[in-house]
Amino acid sequence: MTTSTSDHALIPAAGDTPAAGIVTRPRRRALRFLGPTLAVSPFLLYTFLGLGIPILAVIDFAFRNPKGQLTTANVTLVSHGTYLLGFENSVLLAAITSVIPGILGLFLAYAILTSRSGLVRRLVATASGVLANFGGINLTFMFIATLGSTGVLTTWLSAVHLNPANLGFNLYSFYGVAVVYMYFQVPLMVLVITPALGGLRASWREAASNMGASSWRYWRHVGIPVLMPSVLGGMLLLFGSAFAAYATAETLTAGTITLAPIQIGNLLAGNALSGQENVGYAIGLGMFLVLAVTMVLYGLVRKRASKWLR
Amino acid sequence: MMVEGLEDLAIDPPRRRRRRPRLWRFVVLVLAGAYFLIPMYAGLRFAFSDNAGGYSLYALKAIPSQVGFTDAFVLSLKLAAVTLVLTLVLMVPTTIYVHLRLPRMRRVMEFITILPIVIPPIVLILGVLRAAPLWLKASPYLLSLVYVILSMPFVYRSLDSGLAAIDLKTLVEASRSLGGNWVKTLWRVVLPNLRAGLLSAAVLTIALVLGEFTMASLDLWTTVPVWIYQFQQTDGHIATMVSMLSLIGTWLLITVIVSLDRSESRRARRRTGA
Repeated sequence: MTTSTSDHALIPAAGDTPAAGIVTRPRRRALRFLGPTLAVSPFLLYTFLGLGIPILAVIDFAFRNPKGQLTTANVTLVSHGTYLLGFENSVLLAAITSVIPGILGLFLAYAILTSRSGLVRRLVATASGVLANFGGINLTFMFIATLGSTGVLTTWLSAVHLNPANLGFNLYSFYGVAVVYMYFQVPLMVLVITPALGGLRASWREAASNMGASSWRYWRHVGIPVLMPSVLGGMLLLFGSAFAAYATAETLTAGTITLAPIQIGNLLAGNALSGQENVGYAIGLGMFLVLAVTMVLYGLVRKRASKWLR
Repeated sequence: MMVEGLEDLAIDPPRRRRRRPRLWRFVVLVLAGAYFLIPMYAGLRFAFSDNAGGYSLYALKAIPSQVGFTDAFVLSLKLAAVTLVLTLVLMVPTTIYVHLRLPRMRRVMEFITILPIVIPPIVLILGVLRAAPLWLKASPYLLSLVYVILSMPFVYRSLDSGLAAIDLKTLVEASRSLGGNWVKTLWRVVLPNLRAGLLSAAVLTIALVLGEFTMASLDLWTTVPVWIYQFQQTDGHIATMVSMLSLIGTWLLITVIVSLDRSESRRARRRTGA
């Protein structure tokens, strides 16, 4: 990017070292071509073997029956009945846990950013980094201890006759999983949206108020339109994160909840009907497709977001 | 509350407008604090209590003697060590080389290393278990090989920003013109300057391996998180205690790295006389 040369073999010329001059001309040219290829080949080979091959295997086996013949039976099966329900639930869960934590995270990030206490800002920034990576068994235990039948919050709420169980809340159900997911989704949104909020220039606000705009009008005509693409982008990231999550839902519900990733886990653990052993790959393929759409949308939204926020 | 409201009426409009946001900010921060702190308190409280409900340290004392814990702990540490070595050996030279000689590859590296975030671990392990040869599937270190892939997004970003912060080209040219060979240049010049980036890459990798559940459980290896999950049926207090300890450990590790990083950059600033 720093050089204007278009031929990739020429790039090393800029950083040529005196020692390289010792090599004779033809050998040097060969080195220039081979060198870069050799240097990055371990990385490319590793990612091809560790990432490319498994992905291709999933796609391949999605279209094969257990005997290895090509078939569309797996894909057909996945687009009906309980597996379709798994996808619907997963998409719904990801939608709920991206929109609500997205909005909460936005307000939280704004509250932190405009806070005058440097300590609060630093504390929350570090905490967000750690909490956004929470998940799995640790989070499950924390929430069982909080909202389980003898949990701390359950006890507190029962004392004021607001026992969550009597109000129809069950931690080990769909909405329970949604509440738990917020624990890492909100911090993730804070991390993602803070740079965008920081990009709102004070001069815009001053200009708006000089022209007599109220706070509401500033947000309506300047703040919200500028932030919208970044907020949508953040929510799309949250969507992907919730859609792909497995460990938290699995440990919380012991694999009983109908979500696409949990179904893959159950099939992989050997709970497959005879002849349907490869259905898991078709679910995996479906998950790829949903995430691919999410990422394409994210790319589009991000392009739009970078227009104002530099 | 009432008194504050009266005060609000008495002051002029511009100051009142600044007051309101502070109230909602307070409410937001308190609610968020409650949502994030109560589960931590609940987890710790459960870990430090016995079946009778009283405070107790029995869960802490009992951990080492529990069936399978030592094995799981040793396995997790081994996997972390192997993953760390593989990751650094693969990523450090490649990233440095790309920065130095193939800047156009940076876009490609960025794209490839973001993929593990996009691809769900559950789908990746599905493909890995199908594609891996049998002798590899029999070994726990298959997990390490996959963890290298999982850690790439964090490791690449740490190294990339570390390299962007130093004048790599000048450093390398200076070392080479003083007669240092490539190995010496890398070892004595580039790596010491990359310390902060290397450190954060290492910590993130270790934290990832020690906490990973999805792949380990589906590959049927009892690492610490898998052990915790299985052990909860035996004794919930001990399982929760191990879980909270691993959280605290990760947190401490990350805090230490952050503060080391900060003091390092402060020292660097003093050295350059800024």
